[in-house]
Parts: sequence; structure tokens; C-alpha cells
Amino acid sequence: MTAHLPILQVVLPLMAAPLCLLIRNGPATRYLAIGVAWTSLWIACQLLGQVVAEGPISYMLGGWVAPFGIEYRIDAVNAYLLVIVTMIASVVLPFGVDRIPLTVPAGKEYLYNAAFLLCICGLLGISITGDIFNVFVFLEISSLASYTLISLGKGRRALRAAFSYLVMGTVGGTFFLIGVGLLYQATGTLNMADLAERLPASFGARSVVVSFAFLTVGIGIKLAVFPLHQWLPNAYSHAPARVSAFLAATATKVSFYLLLRVFFGIFGVTYVFGTLRAQNLLIPLSLLAMFVGSVAAINQTNIKRLLAYSSIAQIGYMTLGLSMASVDGLTGGIVHLFNHALMKGGLFLVVACVGYRLGSDRVEDWSGVGRRMPWTMAAFVVGGLSLIGVPGTVGFVSKWYLVLGAINRGWTLVAPLILLSSLLAVVYVWRIIEIAWFRQAPAGAKREEAPLSMLVPTWVLIGATLYFGFHTDLTVGVARQAAQALLGGTP
Amino acid sequence: MSQVMDHGIYWLCIVLMMIGLYTVISRDNLVKKIMGLNIFQVSVIMFYVSMGKISGGTPPILVPKDQPGAAEVVYSNPLPHVLMLTAIVVGVATTALGLALVVRIQEMYGTVEEDEIIEMDRTE
Repeated sequence: MTAHLPILQVVLPLMAAPLCLLIRNGPATRYLAIGVAWTSLWIACQLLGQVVAEGPISYMLGGWVAPFGIEYRIDAVNAYLLVIVTMIASVVLPFGVDRIPLTVPAGKEYLYNAAFLLCICGLLGISITGDIFNVFVFLEISSLASYTLISLGKGRRALRAAFSYLVMGTVGGTFFLIGVGLLYQATGTLNMADLAERLPASFGARSVVVSFAFLTVGIGIKLAVFPLHQWLPNAYSHAPARVSAFLAATATKVSFYLLLRVFFGIFGVTYVFGTLRAQNLLIPLSLLAMFVGSVAAINQTNIKRLLAYSSIAQIGYMTLGLSMASVDGLTGGIVHLFNHALMKGGLFLVVACVGYRLGSDRVEDWSGVGRRMPWTMAAFVVGGLSLIGVPGTVGFVSKWYLVLGAINRGWTLVAPLILLSSLLAVVYVWRIIEIAWFRQAPAGAKREEAPLSMLVPTWVLIGATLYFGFHTDLTVGVARQAAQALLGGTP
Repeated sequence: MSQVMDHGIYWLCIVLMMIGLYTVISRDNLVKKIMGLNIFQVSVIMFYVSMGKISGGTPPILVPKDQPGAAEVVYSNPLPHVLMLTAIVVGVATTALGLALVVRIQEMYGTVEEDEIIEMDRTE
């Protein structure tokens, strides 16, 4: 049984999705989805425990030996990611479980749950597989599901957001496919571990450089790296609230993992950062993302859009950690992946809670909401502090490692810039806190907390940002192990 | 000139790819955007299929060993073709979803021209 956990991780949500279509009953599929998410979380925890204790797991699909068959390969990096994705799914799916009919078109809930399960399946598949063509397939499964989910948002703008994401995402996915093709042409293999072995022989070929460029740009579109981020604010701000929370917390994180895998797992750190000098492009783009994202966030009038632009800035931190290509920098990037999933997921859930009571995502409508929904807004304060990077929250831990990485690299200019961009986060977080807590609520507003089924999941994520802010051994330990594995054991 | 002739199939792929990408970027009509996306994907499919062809290669159907000349037979690589079956399915799914979204947009906005939609969103 435990030998087949890697495949169950993907097949469980994949099989549950068509089951939803057969059941055609909203509440039944709702609880089915929650059950699948929780089981997946259990499987992911088992896999992580096994990896930490015994080293990487290799699973051959159908018993076909790699590199001929498809291999599922789980090491510290993706075991960590599997836990993050399933954990966010397990928290977001039960969110408002007794109120869902109000937020999803009537009679369509089973379709919504099916799309949600497919999206989870795709994201888990990208994380778990060791075959690069398989990555493309899962990438498209998760993308198609997320276009569908986004289009279910309220109002017609959601449709346009979903459409432009579909165009951008398909171009990105096809770029990835071209890159895979060129790699296959150069090496004759699709298995990532095998690619890493065979590729150095063809590093001189121009097609390998072209393939690297296509893969990077393709993943960059999915990751919303700075100049390729146009789709993200619209998609996140018009999607249904739970979908924004889930996608903001997982989709970009999985793309970031894919970038890590391609850079360090396939091309190797010496080729990417030694021969091609990718950091010369990545560092300026990351820094630009940090500042452009934060400044754009300050000027937003819609709170979901504000959080979406802040996500672009946070992705900048992650790619900055990646471009340091040192254990500290990578640890910072990978820990930030986990931490940002917690805090952005939590913050989007807060927005969903307030949106449920107020029916508005506009910043000015939030005046005095702190007194009306104190528990909800307290969660926002904690999440916001974490976004800034105040000590005691997870945001501090990841920024600490990023600054440490920058200093160890001797980048004396980058370290202050990280701190400076955190100050910009203070501006946009404080603006919301000021409006929510220190302005008068409109007359006649009564104290009305969000329902418990919404408040509890929100606080689970926000509480986790506090817990992992103090107990850093678990997250940082695994992230460090992952960083060392990616760098091939070199310090 | 030999550069062009030797890599004929690649030039064809690149030209198709650029036609597709240009259509996606330049057209305001959402249906045309989807068609551009389709052309773009087809160019990649052609690129993969051409990759599997080996000069003088036969289709990869095993020639029985006792047949004369069986030892010299060169087979084309079937793997890229198989990969493209998957990519075609993905392309069809994307097109279907894209067109479904266009239908919904047409219902909600009454137009499929992107510039008009942007204008309607702005004045709203």
C-alpha cells in the first residue's frame, strides 16, 4: 500500500473529478472534495516523512523502468511542495462549507468541485513527476481547470480575465513544449534525472540555449515574473474568493518549483549561472518586481487587486533567492514559497470573509470593518504584518534568509533594497489597517462576525504564519535540505 | 541559401509559429485570437513530428526477422508522434474552453471585439 502512495497522490483527485460529474449533487461533491483533499494531505505527509527519513523515492509507472517509462521522483523539494498544495487545498475547500450555494451559481456546484479537484490534480502532478513531458500535461490540466474556475467569478469581467489568462497561459505552456522538444532533440530523453546526465555533452549546441530560453519564458508566464505578470491581477481579482485564495497560494508556487527544477535539476547550477549568467537578467527583474509590484499595490482601490500586486512583489523575492544560487538564498526562496502560500492564502480568505458580509472588495467600503468583524480583521493584521516581515511572523524568517544570502554573496546593494521594499509593504498594509480600524463604520452597521465555517480556516492559515514564525526548525530545516539537494551538495 | 534549404521544415515551423503568435497579439476579435493560438500550437506539433523522422526511415512497424534485409531497416522514432497525440488533445481542450468563454463573453457583452469590451469595462 505505502509503495503506491506516489501514484495515489495524483490519481485520487483525478478520479474524484469525474465522480463529481456522475454524482451531480452539490453538497455530496463538496464533502467528497474535502475528503479527497484531506486524504491527499495525509499521503503528502507520509511521503515527506519517508523522504526525510530514507531519501528520495522513485516510483515507476506501470513497472516500466526509467528513463523509458514515466518516473515519479520525490525528493525533499517536491515532497515539501506536495504538503503545501494539499494543505492549502484542505483548508480552502472547507472554507464556508455551509455557505457555498451563495457563492457558486445554483446547480453548478458539482462542476465547480470537479474543476477544483482537477486543478489540485494538475498541481500535484507537476510537483511529483520526474518526466518533463508529463510536466507539460499536468501544467495544462491545472491551467485549464484554473481558467474554468476563474471564469466562474461574479460579473462579466471574470470572463475577460479568464480569457486573457487562457491566451497568456497557452502561449506559456506551448513555449514550455517547444523547450521540451529541443531538449529531447539534443538528448533523446525526457526523464529529468537522465536529462541532467546527458545534457552536459550538448551544452555547446545552440538549440540547448534556445531551449533554456523557451522553458524559462514559458514558466515565467505561469509564474508571473515581472514583465510577464499582466494576467495575474485581473485573474485573482475577478475569480471567486476561494479560488483566488487557492490559486494565489499554490499555482505560482508550483511554477516557482518548476523553475527551480529546470534551473538546478536539469541544466545545473554551473551552466545556468556560470555559462549563461542568467542572474544578470533575473536579479534586475526580481528587484523591479519587488518595487513595481509594491508601488502598484499601494495605488489599488480594490483589495483583491492590491493583494494580487503584492503577490507579484513576493514572487520577486522568490526569484531573487533563486538567482543567488547559494544555500542561504535558495533556502530563503523555498521558505518564502511556503510562507507566502500561508499568508497570501490567509489574507485572501479574510477578503472572502469580509466580502461575504459586506458584498464589496473596494477599499473605501472597508471603513470601520475592524469593529464590525474584529476577529476577521485581526487575522488581516497578522497576515499583513507577516507580509511586511515583522519578527515573530513567517515573513520575517524568509526575508532574514534572503538578506543573509545577499550579504554572504557580497551584494551590499541588494540587501538594503530588500528592506526598502518591505517598507513599501508597510504602506499598503497600513492603509488597509487604518481604514478598517480607525475609520468610523457607516451608520447603522452592526457587529457581525463572519460565520465560523469561514473564520476557522482563515485562522488556521493565519495561525500557521505565527506558529512557523517561531518554530522555524521544521520549515527552514526542510528548505535547507531541499536547497542542498538542488545545489548538488555544494555549500 | 543552403542554410534555408537544409532546414526547410524548421523555417516552415517558425513561419507558422510567427503567423500564429502575430494573430494572437494583433487581432481584436477574440475568435481570431483563438485561431491564432491554434496555428501557433500546430507549428509546434509539426516541429515535433519532423523531429522523429530519420532520413530513409520506415514507419516504426517491426519487420519480421526472417524477411530479407530486415537487419538493415531503419525505423523512424515514434515517440514524438505519440507525444503530439497528447499535445493535440490539450490543444483541442484549450480551443474548446476558449470558444466557450467567447460564447459567454458574447452573451454578457454583446460583442467579441476586445477594444469594444475594454471600452465597455472602462465606462461602466
